[in-house]
Amino acid sequence: MAKDKVMMITGTSKGIGRYLAEYYAGEGFKVMGCSRSDVDFEFDNYSHYCLDVSDERKVKEMFADVRKKYKSLDVLINNAGIASMNHALLTPLSTINKVLNTNVIGTFLFCREAAKLMQKNNYGRIVNFATVATPLKLEGEAIYAASKAAIVSLTEILARELAEMGITVNAVGPAPVKTDLIRSVPKQKLDSLLNRQAIRRFSEFNDISNVIDFLIRPESDFITGQVIYLGGV
Amino acid sequence: MVIKEQIKDAIFQVMQDINQQLPENKALIISLDTVLYGTNGKLDSLGLVNLILATEEEIEERFDTLISIADERAMSQLNSPFKTVGTLVDYIDELLKDSEDG
Repeated sequence: MAKDKVMMITGTSKGIGRYLAEYYAGEGFKVMGCSRSDVDFEFDNYSHYCLDVSDERKVKEMFADVRKKYKSLDVLINNAGIASMNHALLTPLSTINKVLNTNVIGTFLFCREAAKLMQKNNYGRIVNFATVATPLKLEGEAIYAASKAAIVSLTEILARELAEMGITVNAVGPAPVKTDLIRSVPKQKLDSLLNRQAIRRFSEFNDISNVIDFLIRPESDFITGQVIYLGGV
Repeated sequence: MVIKEQIKDAIFQVMQDINQQLPENKALIISLDTVLYGTNGKLDSLGLVNLILATEEEIEERFDTLISIADERAMSQLNSPFKTVGTLVDYIDELLKDSEDG
């Protein structure tokens, strides 16, 4: 089913992004990934670009390359994201800029450039990354949750703007996943967070790919502007 | 002037491509005076978006440079560069000169 379909995934050097790159390359997608650093893996069907997702020129160069090679793009997964877990009063401006640049500006630039390619075929699937930290209003995650709230808004509005181009835009909102992103969060805090979910466990990588599988199916062409939170939040 | 001619050719090419997808009575007249958008404009907002995207791509390919036609200046100029084909040619000419300078 996925043969010859072209997919782009941001933030593939580690964690969820790396898992998704391997999973979808294995499913037969031609996957292009990117991250700031180079990657220490190679898969069939996978090619990598080194860039900062908020660097407009580099992003445009990547898309120009994809356009030359494949002429089209079927799926974009905007996974790249960074977190900041700190009391608001102890959050420096440099952290705020980093989080907003990667999470909000990066997601927007990739949506914009992807949609330019997707509209040629009047078909596209964009999946953004939200988080349960937004609806749970987690203390200590003001900037991270706010940046992801922005992604919810982007998802909802782009869904409307891109609908007539045959492009759907949805988001998946994972519950905590055991990756670098939460490495520094105390166990007690994580336990109290899990207790606020209907299903009290961490997200696994395949919980996330399961939602993405559903959202990117050609048959899901009537589903757009939705945010699916994991764990019953 | 040579560059302006090339920009004009690129936009005319895009207009021809767009015309292939339009019914005959909605086809764009291939001329510098053709009004693209606004009162008497031939394109709706999505049509203008498509024309801008296709033009960006055609210019990028012909001049081997990346440009953003819809930048802040374009959106804030009193006389929109998207008014006619001719104003669009002038505007892209400026953008390409800026990118050479930069």
